[in-house]
Amino acid sequence: MLDIRSLEKSFGAKRAVQGVSFTLEKGTVLGFLGPNGAGKSTTMRMIAGVLEPDAGDALIDGKSIVSHRRQAQAALGYLPEGAPLYEDMTPPEFLNFMAAARKIDRTKRKDAVERAIADARITTVAGQRIGSLSKGYRRRVGLAGAILHDPPVLLLDEPTDGLDPNQKRAVRALIARMAPTKAILISTHTLTEVPALCTRAIVIDRGRVVADGTPADLAKKSDDGSLEGAFMRLTDQAEANAR
Amino acid sequence: MMEFLRQQMGGFGATYRRELGAYFATPMAYVFLAVFLLALGVFTWEAGGFFDTGTADLATFFVWHPWLYMIFLPALAMRLWADEQGAGTDELLLSLPLGMPGLVLGKLCAAWTVAGVGLLLTFPMWITVNYLGGPDNTAIALTYLVSFLMAGAYLSIGSAVSALTGSQVTAFVISVLIAFAFTAAGWPLVLSTVKAVFGTGFADLVAQFSFLTQFEGAQRGVLELRSVMFFLGFTAFWSILNGLWAARQRLG
Repeated sequence: MLDIRSLEKSFGAKRAVQGVSFTLEKGTVLGFLGPNGAGKSTTMRMIAGVLEPDAGDALIDGKSIVSHRRQAQAALGYLPEGAPLYEDMTPPEFLNFMAAARKIDRTKRKDAVERAIADARITTVAGQRIGSLSKGYRRRVGLAGAILHDPPVLLLDEPTDGLDPNQKRAVRALIARMAPTKAILISTHTLTEVPALCTRAIVIDRGRVVADGTPADLAKKSDDGSLEGAFMRLTDQAEANAR
Repeated sequence: MMEFLRQQMGGFGATYRRELGAYFATPMAYVFLAVFLLALGVFTWEAGGFFDTGTADLATFFVWHPWLYMIFLPALAMRLWADEQGAGTDELLLSLPLGMPGLVLGKLCAAWTVAGVGLLLTFPMWITVNYLGGPDNTAIALTYLVSFLMAGAYLSIGSAVSALTGSQVTAFVISVLIAFAFTAAGWPLVLSTVKAVFGTGFADLVAQFSFLTQFEGAQRGVLELRSVMFFLGFTAFWSILNGLWAARQRLG
């Protein structure tokens, strides 16, 4: 479904992503973990076709984001970090715009928008402008936009960041409902939600993959058997190796 | 070929509708139209002496168009791309399977439509001259048409600069400066200086790139293919720059 092949990206002298590779199958929810500035968002932006990689490629449902960008993007649902949205629109207006931009057939557009609104549980705020919505609702509107065209691959950059516990649970439930039929990549630095949400986790530090396995496997790498311990140890180790 | 065009223009309709909606969802378009019409009225009547010329035509009205467009249209275009970058929605836009030409033209045409509405709302002037005398209505319609094309050229500058700077205020200031350069290049004051320094040949060349010069024939009610091609070509040139500057973001 998703095949990432040694992606690289530098910003000036800073090598943000240095040869990240992994594959992701249908039915997997992959947690993409790492400290701030590790290259999570840069990697996701390259996969989404927002940023051009310096080297490497990402195949989405078999289509290259480098050579067949539009076909690859059509198979992808992307929630950018912070869920940026057009604030002057209402959620249905926004979703209709997304549907038109994704060339969903006019006759199916209404159904797709209604389904996304129901799935993301945003029916109650459908009449309000996005600018007046709370963070949790905005995130869900962004999610609705990402799942609108029922893409086989979902890319969610910190979907639960900054949400209250109830909102987090709602977003997690939505992801869990979609999990069986899609390949989902979620970046997060909230480690506590990883075991509940993800079937597999990758730790990235300084632009490199430093660990890949199930959350339970990762936890075993620490002294105290916790994911947090493993996370600190792995990212510290990379720091030590870099010296 | 058709498939290629369809892909490149993908998102034109969606972008056009979204941008046009954005103008009217906020007071933006209404404020623009009100102030634009007010300014046009004040200049035509007060500064131009509409009633004093003694002729039933719109010469004192059209003569202000380049100068007012120079200030007002960058204000209309400045948000087109800078707003996306400010809100981070450019990331959303770039992740959609759209073509850059569709995005650029969709945005430009939305602003162009608002400018066109402003132009249409000046119809009372047209009615007034018809009430006062018997003007050459074909000539007036023609001048309106070229004025509309000229508006697109001004807007294309504003839109491109908006993509370049990413800040609305900076985009406005730079666009007005560029627009001023292309307007004033045909001003006798500027032309005589250029002629004195660089000679007549160069001054003629500079004048060819001036909106004032290109709009002159149309003001007399003459449709010059040369002017039409100039404004369309100018718009196309800046739209290409616009696309390149907007795509620059993909490089990081």
